Amino acid sequence: MTAPTYDLGKLHGGLRLEANKTKSTSAPIYEAPVPAQLVLPLAQHAGEPADPVVGIGEQVLKGQLIAAAYGAMGVPVHASSSGTVVAIEPWPVSSRYGENAPCIVINCDGEDRPADTEKPAGPVSRMPPALLRQRILEGGIAGLGGAVFPTAQKLIQASGCELDYLILNGVECEPYISCDDMLMRERADAIVGGGQILMQALGIESCHVVVESDKPEALHALGDAIAAAEDTRLILKQVPTIYPSGGEDQLVQLVTNREVPSGGLPTDVACVVQNVGTAAAVYDWILEGEPLISRITTVTGDGVRSPQNLRARIGTTIADLVAFAGGYTDRATQLIVGGPMTGKSMTTDRVPLVKASNCILVLSEPPSTGVTRTCIRCGECAEVCPVLLLPQQLHWYACADDEDELRRHGLTDCIECGCCDLVCPSHIALTARFRQAKARIRELADEKARAERARRRFEAREERIENERRERERQLEAQKSHAKRAGPEAIAEILRRKRREEKD
Amino acid sequence: MEFTRREAPYGTPARSVPNMMLEVLAALVPAAAAHVWFFGPGFVFNLLVAILFCVGAEAATMRLRGRNPEEALSDFTAVVTAALLAFCLPSLTPWWVTATASLFAIVVAKHLFGGVGFNIFNPAMAGYVVVLVAFPIQMNLWVAPRMGDIDYEYLGVFETLAFTLTGALPESTTYDQVSRATPLDLMQSGLNQMRMVTEIRALPVMGDYAGKGWEWIGNFVALGGLWLLFRKIIRWHIPVAVLAGLLIPATVSYLLSPGTLPGPGFHLFAGASILCAFFIATDPVSAATSTTGRLVYGAGIGVSIYAIRTWGSYADGVAFAVLLMNLAVPAIDRLTRPRIVGHGRGDR
Repeated sequence: MTAPTYDLGKLHGGLRLEANKTKSTSAPIYEAPVPAQLVLPLAQHAGEPADPVVGIGEQVLKGQLIAAAYGAMGVPVHASSSGTVVAIEPWPVSSRYGENAPCIVINCDGEDRPADTEKPAGPVSRMPPALLRQRILEGGIAGLGGAVFPTAQKLIQASGCELDYLILNGVECEPYISCDDMLMRERADAIVGGGQILMQALGIESCHVVVESDKPEALHALGDAIAAAEDTRLILKQVPTIYPSGGEDQLVQLVTNREVPSGGLPTDVACVVQNVGTAAAVYDWILEGEPLISRITTVTGDGVRSPQNLRARIGTTIADLVAFAGGYTDRATQLIVGGPMTGKSMTTDRVPLVKASNCILVLSEPPSTGVTRTCIRCGECAEVCPVLLLPQQLHWYACADDEDELRRHGLTDCIECGCCDLVCPSHIALTARFRQAKARIRELADEKARAERARRRFEAREERIENERRERERQLEAQKSHAKRAGPEAIAEILRRKRREEKD
Repeated sequence: MEFTRREAPYGTPARSVPNMMLEVLAALVPAAAAHVWFFGPGFVFNLLVAILFCVGAEAATMRLRGRNPEEALSDFTAVVTAALLAFCLPSLTPWWVTATASLFAIVVAKHLFGGVGFNIFNPAMAGYVVVLVAFPIQMNLWVAPRMGDIDYEYLGVFETLAFTLTGALPESTTYDQVSRATPLDLMQSGLNQMRMVTEIRALPVMGDYAGKGWEWIGNFVALGGLWLLFRKIIRWHIPVAVLAGLLIPATVSYLLSPGTLPGPGFHLFAGASILCAFFIATDPVSAATSTTGRLVYGAGIGVSIYAIRTWGSYADGVAFAVLLMNLAVPAIDRLTRPRIVGHGRGDR
């Protein structure tokens, strides 16, 4: 069956990129072995790092909680396999481009003994939404599309809003990445089941499952799964293959023709977006009792011998995963975690696979781009910008460090999709420049806030000193007038007392 | 294993500025051939002089600015400026006139503003306007097209070269023998002498629309322009807006007063209208930058050309129109910023 294409909204610009996905989708998802050592970063989500609850030397079981959620945006971390905690120490992580961050290191015993997991007592459809959301929080689930926003918190925030649609994002528009495609082909039922649980957790009755037009197998599998579930609340939708239609706000616009307001969330236009992988993870946790301890990742690129999709334990190092995929080719010079448009470039393959790692891309040396020239204002960047920015003007103002104009031209609305870079005839690294400019604006705002705090403290101190001075004067005045009223006798008495004090 | 760290995105852009400029130059080749065919080899000499001085001036100024000349020379923008100048200059132009235009274009209009990407004026048009104002007599030496009137003295290759190098005609030849008024000049002076448009159009040199030869060059320029559109080197907004801005007022006024005003066909093919629409106004550096802005910018140029031709003292107004709208670009850019996705229609 083919799903109808709903072209309700239209995305401006975007690029039709070479997909480079067939190499990794020609084989099924392989199960990566449990490695000898697991490295589990405490911060695998967009929020405060989790708080370790195990000590060094402690035995842990597969699925056991090892770090508890901390703070309002916290997500817990579970052991991906059984073994011994050997260290809690800084380790290179992909979220910080290979810089160090605190991690729990587990030496696996290879037995993969599972912890006792509680399965739901009654049918899930009877569980109250609030309980379901709380339960999802305990599963350590964060958005698997790459942004790793805590899923439970997203649901909790959304449950307070008027909602029309849950949108399951199976668009996966970035080249090379095919983990969602393979998941949709092989586990469409889990995605559909996860969608039903998410609808229940949100208390809404409509779910769009959205797939890009270049994934006919996934579309077919999802169509069958929805038909088998006999659930009319689920609607399958197909969108054209244009990068970056899988961006959260872009997808909302494409599917519902509603624009997420600047600085706002999809809930502002009555939508919630979840990645299909997240839906499957929710299904696995709620129904099977398995927390988020593994994910599917695409290991691909011309720097890998046999590109493929792997289901791997969170915490497996990239070196281990690439070794399982046949190792590096001689041409491998770049390691990217994520896709070729927005992924993060690593200096080392010691970094572990985390919840965000949808793709491990190893590439050969790119052809030289030649020199960077000055901008000739050709405007091709504006033609492809999906949020209708004028990158040529932003570049100009970023060079001039003109904060006001940068804001006016919508720097903060830039989604850093990278389209402008790829069409720039002057080969200017626009996206990198905008990232820097954003950081600079944040820095300036921080500085301003600090200066403001310092000013307030200074003024408070001045006021306090002034008040004290006034108070002293008032007292002195009071004493004087008292002395005047009391007459010479009292003055003599005061002087006597003073003299006595001096003698002592 | 260790890797080199880069910044996302990791792809390589398909296009580069030098390639774009080379395509622009390639798109001008058919028109250049037509130019030589109809107006003799003078075009080639002008082009060579212009390239010599544009490229030389670019190298010299880069050196004076303490920069590597190769940076600027390798993008071929100076050659494009030279080519556009060659198209604007009459085929009989003494070398110093071309040199003045080239030097002004590159040194003053381009590098004094900071080089490519920073120039607010179209360099070729700035250079052309300077010689148009400074050397009015030389700028009138247009020869008659090869398919024009019969009593026309054809200058050979060497005679043309000699004129380019010395500014002197062969002995016993006068300016009047070799040069002819352009259709635009004929139209303007004819109308000033209270003649009817039909009368002027009946002159043998006028051709079907706006002068024998000129029309053909226009066709070939348009062909090159369409190629650039097809290759997406330029976008449709500016050419369409320039032509609409010129032809709409021309058509309306022609319908109102066909006896005293030339029609849209004349405006389209006369002078540099088509060249302006596809090759001059589309210079991205000095044009407005958003799509709406480019429509406004192009329309402004078209209307200005019409106004200068109709009410001004210069027969063709392309260069002035372009420079005028160059000045308006910052304002246009400010007023035509597109609405960013996620922002209300009102807040900008």
